[in-house]
Amino acid sequence: MMPTIGYYALVLALVVALLQGVLPLVGLPKNNGKLFAFATPMARIQSLLVILSFIILDYAFYANDFTVYYVATTSNSNLPLIFRLAAIWGGHEGSMLFWVAILAVWTLAVTFFAKELPLRFRSSLLAVMGLISVGFIMFILFTSNPFERIFPAPFDGRDLNPLLQDPGMVFHPPLLYMGYVGFSVAFAFAIAALLDGRLDVTWARWTRPWTTAAWVFLTLGIALGSRWAYYELGWGGWWFWDAVENASFMPWLIGTALIHSLAVTEKRNAFKAWTVLLSICAFSLSLLGTFLVRSGVLTSVHAFATDPSRGLFILLFLVIVIGGALTLFALRAPSVGLGEKFDLVSRESLLLSNNVVLFAATGAVLLGTLYPLLIDAMNMGKISVGPPYFDTVFVAIMVPGIFLMGVGPIANWKKASVPDMAGKLKWALGVSVISALLVPSMMGRLSPMIFVGLLMAFWVMSSVLTSMKIRLDAMPSATLKQKLNTFGRAYNGMLLAHFGLAIFIVGVTMVKGYEREHDITMQSGETKVINGYDFKFEGILPIKGPNYVAKQGQFYVSKEGKQVALLTPEKRLYPVQGAIMTEASISINPVRDIYISLGEELEEGGWSIRVYFKPFVQWIWLGCVFMGLGGILTITDKRYRIKNSA
Amino acid sequence: MIMMRNIVIGLVLFISAFSFTATSFAQDRVSESPAVEARLKKLSIELRCLVCQNSTLADSDAPLAQDLRNEIRKLIETGNSDEEVVAYLVARYGDFVTFRPPVNTSTALLWFGPFLMLIIGLITLVVVLKKRAKLLGAEETLP
Amino acid sequence: MKLKFILPLVLFFVLVAFLGKGLFLDPREVPSPLIGKPAPAFEAPVLGDPSKTFSPADMKGKVWLLNTWASWCVACREEHPLLIEMLAHDIPLYGLGYKDVEKDALDLLDKMGNPYIITANDADGTIGIDYGVYGVPETYIIDKAGIIRYKQIGPITPESLRDKILPLLKALNA
Repeated sequence: MMPTIGYYALVLALVVALLQGVLPLVGLPKNNGKLFAFATPMARIQSLLVILSFIILDYAFYANDFTVYYVATTSNSNLPLIFRLAAIWGGHEGSMLFWVAILAVWTLAVTFFAKELPLRFRSSLLAVMGLISVGFIMFILFTSNPFERIFPAPFDGRDLNPLLQDPGMVFHPPLLYMGYVGFSVAFAFAIAALLDGRLDVTWARWTRPWTTAAWVFLTLGIALGSRWAYYELGWGGWWFWDAVENASFMPWLIGTALIHSLAVTEKRNAFKAWTVLLSICAFSLSLLGTFLVRSGVLTSVHAFATDPSRGLFILLFLVIVIGGALTLFALRAPSVGLGEKFDLVSRESLLLSNNVVLFAATGAVLLGTLYPLLIDAMNMGKISVGPPYFDTVFVAIMVPGIFLMGVGPIANWKKASVPDMAGKLKWALGVSVISALLVPSMMGRLSPMIFVGLLMAFWVMSSVLTSMKIRLDAMPSATLKQKLNTFGRAYNGMLLAHFGLAIFIVGVTMVKGYEREHDITMQSGETKVINGYDFKFEGILPIKGPNYVAKQGQFYVSKEGKQVALLTPEKRLYPVQGAIMTEASISINPVRDIYISLGEELEEGGWSIRVYFKPFVQWIWLGCVFMGLGGILTITDKRYRIKNSA
Repeated sequence: MIMMRNIVIGLVLFISAFSFTATSFAQDRVSESPAVEARLKKLSIELRCLVCQNSTLADSDAPLAQDLRNEIRKLIETGNSDEEVVAYLVARYGDFVTFRPPVNTSTALLWFGPFLMLIIGLITLVVVLKKRAKLLGAEETLP
Repeated sequence: MKLKFILPLVLFFVLVAFLGKGLFLDPREVPSPLIGKPAPAFEAPVLGDPSKTFSPADMKGKVWLLNTWASWCVACREEHPLLIEMLAHDIPLYGLGYKDVEKDALDLLDKMGNPYIITANDADGTIGIDYGVYGVPETYIIDKAGIIRYKQIGPITPESLRDKILPLLKALNA
């Protein structure tokens, strides 16, 4: 009964979404306030219906209702509750419903937090989001219905892929989708502005917090996915330039460009058409990602079960949404004004150069991801494009951008001078170069990659400090406390986010430059010395989990007599799918991870084991967290507070 | 109880699965020379496993991956350079097998496109900013 | 309408064209770089009679097919009946037993019939590597000069037989 209600809630949501999408837009030409007034109530009703549908599907997982085909293929009664509930987004159909549910959450947020927007603009905004909802709900109802039934119900479910039975599965997709889908708000802002024919500083001020919020979620979602892969997959890798990873990274890159472009637009009422184009691109890349993951066009570890007919539907949807948006852009953008003046050398132009770099970097990722398809489609053969390409080209493009990142914050708005900035930054440059040589000499090895990476990281850090010092020096008569109070959240957020990127770069550089891998075999009772640490293998313990059995290795790790950690890597068998999983065990530390995973049990007794030393690897994700916190700080700056007074 | 039955089946499968994996591991003829293994590692992480196509040759457990790793060891031991090893595999499986795309006319756009975008982008930015300054400067002098 | 504002739309449609074409391609299929090149030489023992050997050089001057197979390969069994039919129509099929235990291979031919004129035994898969085999069954069409002209990836189907293989054999034999 319940699944049927869930299905019809979705059907009803489609009808309401159509009203939400069409009525306000129909009212635009004659400025019909009555039609505009439909937007908010329809949006709320539609969102609640979608969320209801989602909850009903998740209830089917909770109750082990195997008459629902989707539940039978992705769940199992022995699966721990939290994974049963998270399994809803473990397969294609459920994750599409999740997509629409997250869109519903953002829609509701807009109806509650965007009250200061004029009625006409707000209802156009909600109308655009409604139309996106229409497309996705139709896709679900016609090609990917999660409420399909199976009678008689199987005795038990096929279980969730053991790789997904992890806390990462609980948090990574929600964060990621909040980000992906959240760019639909920025997109809707852009479309509403083009429809309105009005694009100004106020528009930029409205758009910024919503865009930054989506960006924060995406940053944290990608970081969590990376960290999950690191400890789950058994060989300590954290980024593979896989097609689906790239599909989430490209919106992030353009989203970052967009945040910086909005700063220029808000300050100078300038480059508005460009900012609007970036808003369209960010969400278009989200949609493109949805297409790539589900159409079977590219091979990927993450790809859902593929089906060309679904691919065709999504492609058609892309053509309508993105094609429509870009057509509107072509028609309306030429009439958008130029805005105010600023110099060739100024903070504004440096922010725009950030855009150029990020755009080229996104181009690199897009080219690399799609090139195999391009070559194949033109019958020019079959190639693979993997980390050797991306690590080279992407990093090479980003290096000048990161250098400019150090200059931007200390540049004056409107008019900056190169000799002036050079003078301010000489200390930062000197410190960076020396540190980038000092650290490798302490670690015992220097390479060009390590030097450039550390140079970039220290450069950003020292320019953040330089920027703070300049600001503090500008108020000689105030106390330190008073001075810090003037900084404001937006500025602090920027500093923290930039600092976070520097931390990220340190993590990546140190791990890539200094990580070590040891393949060894050990017998029970044996001790081996690796990299200055003593590893004592105390044998294997058989253990039982809720839906698996495992052999758990016991490794006592000590250094100079003091115990550092007890590491317990496992080989698990999940009986339902018959899958064997390798669970690594990691000793985490601010300056290094010790990572151990079991290989195979050997015929002559003993085990093959892999031990990794990964210096500063946690800084990779710590840096991302700082970036996210920085974003949150900027959103809460007082200039974005909803004004309660008239 | 179902739980108990599953556990028993699980243990049986587990142990038998281990006998399977033990033999397949034995097929990987690990070389005695760490230098050979190091070169194998460096090469195999840039090569694609053709069976488990989302894994590298280094990480894949597929029988063909083991065969190819052993083949690479043989090639290294008989004095082939890194380029020759990759060329050997590309001659048999095509460019698809290497994650590092070749640099030729059909991949020129791939390798050089982004840098072109960067340079053209920066030039465009400068040109646009200059044009803009002129237009806005002209506006200011209008009565 | 200024050109630069239409550019994004144009680029988008170019992208869509490629994506659309991509829906009808298989990203997992690995085409062979050996097409148009000489069939790699080998000398392998004959399955069931190790005193004899088989080599592609033996087939110079004739058009023939080399079909890789194994007793553990499920898709090969599905393909098998079609191969028997092909033999009945005088199509010159030669087999390459790939990474198989000899007894198991012979048992299969016994039970399901032998569609091959001769089967060469590639027990350790080294010949397969030279031919770029990555998933049996795979079939090569080799012409009179010993050049590989076509590779069928996966089992031969009635459609591929009718549309690709038979016409090519006719052309090569002409």
